[in-house]
Amino acid sequence: MSDQATQAPVKAQSPQAPVKAQSPLSEAWDMFKHNHAAMLGLVLLVIIILGAVFGPYLYPGEPFEMVWAPFTPPGTDGYLLGTDYLGRDLLAQIIHGSRVTLIIGLSAAIVTVVIGVTIGALAGFYRGMVEEALMRFTEFFQVLPTLLFSMVIVALFGASLPMITLAIGIVSWTAVARITRSEFLRIRELEYVMASRASGASNAKLMFKVILPNALPPIIVQSALMVGSAILFEAGLSFLGLTDPNVISWGQIIGSNRQYILESSFTVTIPGLAIFITVLAISLVGDGLNDALNPKLRKR
Amino acid sequence: MEIIRVIVTRLAYAVALLMAVLVLNFTLIHMAPGDVADTIAQSMGGADEEILDRIRADYGLDQPFLIQLFNYMGRVLSFDLGYSFFYSMPVTELILQRLPATLLLVFSAQILAMIVGVVLGVISARRPNGILSHFVTFFALFGYSAPVFWTGILLLIGFSLNIQWFPVAGMRDVTIEGGFWVHTFDVLRHLVLPVIALSSIFLALYSRLSRATMMETLGSDYVRTAKAKGLSTRSVVYKHALKNALSPVITLAGLQFSAVVSGAVLVETVFSWPGLGTLAFQSIIARDTPTILGILFFSALMVVIGNLLTDFALRAVDPRMRGR
Repeated sequence: MSDQATQAPVKAQSPQAPVKAQSPLSEAWDMFKHNHAAMLGLVLLVIIILGAVFGPYLYPGEPFEMVWAPFTPPGTDGYLLGTDYLGRDLLAQIIHGSRVTLIIGLSAAIVTVVIGVTIGALAGFYRGMVEEALMRFTEFFQVLPTLLFSMVIVALFGASLPMITLAIGIVSWTAVARITRSEFLRIRELEYVMASRASGASNAKLMFKVILPNALPPIIVQSALMVGSAILFEAGLSFLGLTDPNVISWGQIIGSNRQYILESSFTVTIPGLAIFITVLAISLVGDGLNDALNPKLRKR
Repeated sequence: MEIIRVIVTRLAYAVALLMAVLVLNFTLIHMAPGDVADTIAQSMGGADEEILDRIRADYGLDQPFLIQLFNYMGRVLSFDLGYSFFYSMPVTELILQRLPATLLLVFSAQILAMIVGVVLGVISARRPNGILSHFVTFFALFGYSAPVFWTGILLLIGFSLNIQWFPVAGMRDVTIEGGFWVHTFDVLRHLVLPVIALSSIFLALYSRLSRATMMETLGSDYVRTAKAKGLSTRSVVYKHALKNALSPVITLAGLQFSAVVSGAVLVETVFSWPGLGTLAFQSIIARDTPTILGILFFSALMVVIGNLLTDFALRAVDPRMRGR
């Protein structure tokens, strides 16, 4: 039997599917492949990433330069998405903004996962006092209103990209910690873990080599969703103007054009659509991963 | 009495959490570059080192960290959150002025999201492949993926600029004259769009969760028993199953309080709603540290109270929770 995740709180225990002679990864990919929504998300995501990587070379527009009259509607005079309130090319801004949006989303999710997995693993592995203390610590962070707290951090310590990434990571790790802890609590009692413990494996080895690999599926799903919420988070912060003014991001385009929605609404709707589609693609992929990595949910 | 012991431990724990928030607050300002003296000096148009030192002595900023921390906590516990140099008034007063607007927005949004979410969830659970069920799935994805401030702006463009059904911004129209009901109606008109925007995030969560739990419950043995007894489907769904599907939704709603407060900051900014969120935004732009920290403390207080209320609500709905 495979020791895949059992993050199915509301589903009754159903007998697991018979084990095929197939590696877990290719089995998961088979599941994923047949999930139309997840594949759509994956295709969208690949297009967005390719656009962020190669876009600036294919469309060499300067996002900060005034190129045409302000509020030019989309499609006019070769400006596919028109211009913003300062007459800057919106398409160039969107393409350049995608880099910041994706990089911050990804790196904030990494910070989130590193903090969350460390705290959750320690709590679930050692139990007792350590668990008590760490879970109280986690609850403390759940009480802090996330956006407000990161606004405060950015306001006090400066709106550089690393600080924004850190501010997002510091407030978002609690969900990952709780999932990791509950997985560790479950897996540490399994026989194969006891066997390795009996054969003299060190605590570090037990935690990271024996338990963690089997705890990964739900953590991976949660991390995928974390990228989406980090992107929304960054968009919110930069919408409020709490961002590095020298780099362009989608939320910032919306924030700076917001006062002019009477003159032209597309400078707000288009970047918002970009955020929406990106996060949607990530959540579709995340849902697909959840179904693929979570065998107990398969017979829905 | 068991229940009193539970209440006392919960309250003590809540107070401990809030104290921890205070310590964090204070440590943050302490670590940040620049202090109150710099802010005051800036608002006076600059000052030399000697005056800065005098201000620091006046405000006790020259004392050791721990003593300052204790002083700060003592002041906060007597509801003195400091003085806002930007708004020229005590922070506590400023926050209490803005608090009702935020509470109105946040609670209306949560209640709307819970009611509509549960109704959608229950209906779509009864017909898992119906049109409405697909609509709920799609809507849940939208609510999760769309930035809430963008949803707000879209509503604004749609329903107050294009079709002028609702006012563009603020909470009341100062030009309106009339009695209590006229003013109440005016506030409600202003409230509609912000509440819809804010609840869109949570509506999705609640409908998805209640759909899942409802489908689970409808397949369970006791529902089958109730049906076998000859009860009507309506009575089985709404009396027996719904009760059980409700408690996960309440639990989830309790966990969302901090997210609601965060969402409120963005929604209030979009609609210029005169609550704590706009205040937070303005004071951050103005670098008004005492106000920012005061808001952070108050929001944590709101979350803690919200969690306590959820806890007690759960005990009321779900007998299994009692005695824990």
